[in-house]
Amino acid sequence: MSESARRSSVRPARSAALSSGGDRVFRGLILALASVIVLVFVLSVYQLARESWPALQTFGWRFFTERTWNPVEGTFGALSMIVGTLVTSLAALAISVPLAVASALFVAEYAPKWLAQPVGYLIELLAAVPSVVYGLWALFVIAPILGRWQTAFFLDPANLPTITRCNELWAQGQTSLQCFLVPPGAGGRGLALAIIILTVMILPYTASVARDVIRLVPADQREAMYALGATKWEVISRATLPYARAGILGGVILALGRALGETLAVAMVIGDSQEILRSLWGGASTMASVIANQFGDAQERLHRSSVVALGLTLFFLSVVVNFAARLIIARLTPRGIQ
Amino acid sequence: MRAATATPARPRARLSPARRVKNLLMGALILLATVIVVAPLILIFVYLLREGLGAMNLAFFTRTPAPEGEAGGGLLNAITGSLTMLAMASVIGVGVGVAGGIFLAEYPRHPLMPSVRMLSDVLAGIPAIVMGLVAYGLLVLQFGFSSIAGALALGFLMIPIVVRTTEEVLKLVPLTVREAGLALGLPQWLVILRIVLPAAAGGIVTGVMLALARVAGEAAPLLFTAFGNVSVNLDPTKPMSALPLEIYRGATSAYDENQRLAKAGALLLITLIFLTSLLARWASRRR
Repeated sequence: MSESARRSSVRPARSAALSSGGDRVFRGLILALASVIVLVFVLSVYQLARESWPALQTFGWRFFTERTWNPVEGTFGALSMIVGTLVTSLAALAISVPLAVASALFVAEYAPKWLAQPVGYLIELLAAVPSVVYGLWALFVIAPILGRWQTAFFLDPANLPTITRCNELWAQGQTSLQCFLVPPGAGGRGLALAIIILTVMILPYTASVARDVIRLVPADQREAMYALGATKWEVISRATLPYARAGILGGVILALGRALGETLAVAMVIGDSQEILRSLWGGASTMASVIANQFGDAQERLHRSSVVALGLTLFFLSVVVNFAARLIIARLTPRGIQ
Repeated sequence: MRAATATPARPRARLSPARRVKNLLMGALILLATVIVVAPLILIFVYLLREGLGAMNLAFFTRTPAPEGEAGGGLLNAITGSLTMLAMASVIGVGVGVAGGIFLAEYPRHPLMPSVRMLSDVLAGIPAIVMGLVAYGLLVLQFGFSSIAGALALGFLMIPIVVRTTEEVLKLVPLTVREAGLALGLPQWLVILRIVLPAAAGGIVTGVMLALARVAGEAAPLLFTAFGNVSVNLDPTKPMSALPLEIYRGATSAYDENQRLAKAGALLLITLIFLTSLLARWASRRR
């Protein structure tokens, strides 16, 4: 804002006679191309709304509150996918934020320069690894590890009563805290694996934003505390982090946006089931994973439309998260950082 | 600036043991967390090297996948497909993205400016798979699966990244440079084209490379646009394969041979993406 004001006040006022025809042509061309951005947004909303209209018209709000998603019967409720999306994203966020902030502190405050740079590069490369590659790695490396642990759990006779009891509970569509931690099968795939891989995938977004804002904390804020005899951790926890908190929060919400829309890695490992929080180790699904898994095969009109309605929901969720991030940053950023 | 150099020598004796222990403990935890953050990258790369390098023979680059379950074959169809679609996506991504960046940086008083800025930020947050649905609705519904539809989705995904970096580097070009051009009597468009853009070219190229590295790994928007193709296809109106698509299909396949190709494909893709990202960083650092 201040930038543009400064900029326009500095630009010399030119008389109309001086502005050439070339200026008008160039300006028109740039404007036309820039308008494509607006066009892409409008077309996206229009496409998604038009195609999801049949489903939303048929089911109304029940689309979001009904948990049965049955292409054979033609009933489509997105509740289990909405819950799956929120649970995987929020859990991954909860695990990744402390790790990401810690790694940012390491790069910005602890590491000597020769180490800070390569570690910073590595974290940025983590963001460049494609979703499918994460999915492949999770499927071939992490899933077998979880699977071995689950097999051991089932082979242990001491666990038999628990397994029997939980199976009965699950059959009635219920769960308990204990059963939530009991695996329903030994495949390795499921909610937990999706959370693990999402955690890794969103780490770099929070980490690099956090690193940048921590570097922006004015040196005198820290030096004043050091001068008072504070330890390094006291300076970090009472001067650096409070000062950088708005920026870090922005990075966290950016990561949340990524997690919500993350598709193939999750689709490959989550197990594609409509269970809602039955077991941490059991199958689940997210909106993005259902789009990836079902849109290609969705022949029937209502099925196809319901899948696009998931896309529309995801679209709006991303827009809302995006705005929330910018609002929070604008509200909390201390003057002088912007 | 750096805390390490700013820390004065403190009399250690005055620290109570509790504070000192807490300080050391938190330092250790932070180091441990950093190791945990960086470990997956190294583990993934080492895993792909071990599993995929052996499959990267001549056939990998010159053949198309063998029929399901049969040995041999390569990913030539995916390599040519990725390159073709990225080239097509760049036309959209670079054209619209650079123009958008110029618009935001050079015409800040235009009434459309706030909406272009906002919508470009919004586009940056839209999941890639949703862009796939959009491209499906725009092209595939009428014309069937084609690499044009895939490239459209990828191009849309490139736009916000290119807009952002272009705007930022254009703003780094000092106003005095523009004023000098205007003072010499050049019209604004020539100042932008002949003075500002060349000065910012390095940064713009960096942004484009980062955008390419980002979308080169996207499979989700291609699932129902480019769709995939077992043979080499250079006709943009027909289905086409891409590296991330083949990795997805191979990794979820039950056959060892397809999985092996997927791992080699992942190694190739990740190596290309890393090289592009590092090159982009190196180029931007050099300025």
